[in-house]
Amino acid sequence: MAETTTTVVEPTRRDFLFIATGAVGAVGAATLVWPFVQSLTPDAATVAAGAPVDVDLTPIAEGQIVKVFWRGKLIFIRNRTPAEIKAAEDVNVATLRDPQADSARVKEGHAKWLVVYGNCTHLGCVPLGHQGEYEGWFCPCHGSVFDTSGRVRGGPAPTNLPVPPYAFTSDTKIVIGQEATA
Amino acid sequence: MSQHPTTYVPKSAFGKWFESRLPIAGLVHSSFIAFPVPRNLNYFWTFGAILAFMLVSQIATGVFLAMFYTPNASLAFQSVEHIMRDVHYGWLLRYLHANGASMFFVAVYIHIFRGLYYGSYKAPREVLWILGVIIYGLMMATAFMGYVLPWGQMSFWGATVITNILAAIPVVGDTIQSLLWGGYSVGNPTLNRFFSIHYLLPFMIVGVVALHIWALHVPGQNNPTGVPIKSGKDAVPFTPYATIKDVFATVVFLIFFAYFVFYIPNFMGHADNYVPANPSVTPAHIVPEWYFLPFYAILRGITFDILFINSKLGGVIAMFAAIAVLAFVPWLDTSRVRSTAYRPLYKQFFWILVADTILLGWLGAKPAEGWYVIVTQVATAYYFIHFLIILPVLGFVERPLPLPNSILESVLGTKKSGAGMPAGANAEPQSKG
Ligand code: HEM
Ligand code: FES
Repeated sequence: MAETTTTVVEPTRRDFLFIATGAVGAVGAATLVWPFVQSLTPDAATVAAGAPVDVDLTPIAEGQIVKVFWRGKLIFIRNRTPAEIKAAEDVNVATLRDPQADSARVKEGHAKWLVVYGNCTHLGCVPLGHQGEYEGWFCPCHGSVFDTSGRVRGGPAPTNLPVPPYAFTSDTKIVIGQEATA
Repeated sequence: MSQHPTTYVPKSAFGKWFESRLPIAGLVHSSFIAFPVPRNLNYFWTFGAILAFMLVSQIATGVFLAMFYTPNASLAFQSVEHIMRDVHYGWLLRYLHANGASMFFVAVYIHIFRGLYYGSYKAPREVLWILGVIIYGLMMATAFMGYVLPWGQMSFWGATVITNILAAIPVVGDTIQSLLWGGYSVGNPTLNRFFSIHYLLPFMIVGVVALHIWALHVPGQNNPTGVPIKSGKDAVPFTPYATIKDVFATVVFLIFFAYFVFYIPNFMGHADNYVPANPSVTPAHIVPEWYFLPFYAILRGITFDILFINSKLGGVIAMFAAIAVLAFVPWLDTSRVRSTAYRPLYKQFFWILVADTILLGWLGAKPAEGWYVIVTQVATAYYFIHFLIILPVLGFVERPLPLPNSILESVLGTKKSGAGMPAGANAEPQSKG
């Protein structure tokens, strides 16, 4: 194969080996990265422990806020008083930082029950209930204020406390982690 | 430096036999014994040795702590208390490690500002400088993950706040967050991987430090005049001159360190971290360790949206940029004079930067409300203005003072430089400063 005099360099068997080995090596390395990265994602036990949870609402008195955990995340369940519901509904939605009507944050026919994630949307602290200007929540970390619908009304938090997926299975029971079917 | 004065010749037969197979003694000899060191170095040049010592100290205490520590969310806090109460001298190991981290940062900040003052980042030392910035980044990652390990309230909430910040990164933020958590929030899987990485990173630091020293030994050390070594008279051999000075400074530093360990071991810590992690209650004030405060202030200082970048992401970008900008300093500084001793204008701005950084650190510990926020924003803006505007412009407008012709001249004065003079110990210090 050593035709050194020709101007066109013929590909040699070594060139072929080089490219073929390189390609297999690159694909192999890329493929091996996958399981390493995947091992870092939430494992099966964690996912299983993240299954929906049932919560019985009967022991929660009017005005009370109860903390529950789902997927290691804190969730507030608030049994709102008529005054709190009215305050939440009477807001001019257009004036809010993250405009959302109260009705869009509770389940139809269950305006009493507010279910929201319990970590401030700023940097994740736990806001204190019944405090702050709107007596919804007040975050002690950097001063975010939330109303009785869990909507941000002041401070650095960019968005409302999100509503987790949940559904009423009866008038006094909810399941957190799954939306109502049909 | 160009002239390596001696080539190492082993004396014993075994030495000769070994050296011809692995010339490591020769390497040590040329790097740490015969290596020419500028004769005018001051004590700011001892912090490299102090840092090397602290790295070894952190690894030694860390490896022992790891023998007693349990990286499990329900056992970690107890295992640290076990170290404190039951393990013989466990309290000492832990206080050495926890305060050692702080001392490590004390030393690195002095080391970095030394570089900024004497222009040690300028050609031909850019790569050396960038390796230093990388080490600093690795140190911060290591210390952040280490602080999570005791699994107290500050550990948990510090980890929560910082990992929530990363979620602000567009597109990949949520994935990064989930890979760090290994779940849906900070929890046991998070603690496990942080422990593993906390164990790993210091050894990566060792590797980068080796490159850092290698990159140092190519151009040699800078010095307070910034004028390079021009002849053998400008230099002294590393051993004994630099060796004894480094050891002496390290001992003095250790006394300072020991004062913290034995008298005020929790001065740098937070009482809240002696409360076990509780995901349903946040401590009243979440404050990072002191060495992160300036960057924490910058992070929180961005409370407004910049075009399409929301305030949260803006804060993250500003925080990382504040560190990354250091890597570009060799090119942002357009002046050809290295040492600030000959830069009358830059000298003033240098000290303003130091004050600005300290101010940011102070603000980082304050609640982010009211006028603190405004001052933080001004101080943050100044920080970036210093690096991105003042530094490049100064090089063009500043009129530097005349440089000495050589290191020797700066040490002995301009009068004829007598070769037979003693090492200039009582000579007039550089008169230009
Ligand atoms: C670059 C060097 C290192 C730095 C800056 C560093 C920093 C830290 C910090 C700040 C803590 C929290 C201390 C506390 O408040 O309790 C910590 C804890 C810990 N570190 Fe390190 N570390 C380093 C190297 C290592 C190494 C090499 C190991 C293991 C081989 C290690 C093992 C541990 C263990 C087991 C803990 C938990 C026990 C405790 O909290 O005292 N560290 N580290
Ligand atoms: S975490 Fe709630 S205001 Fe910052």
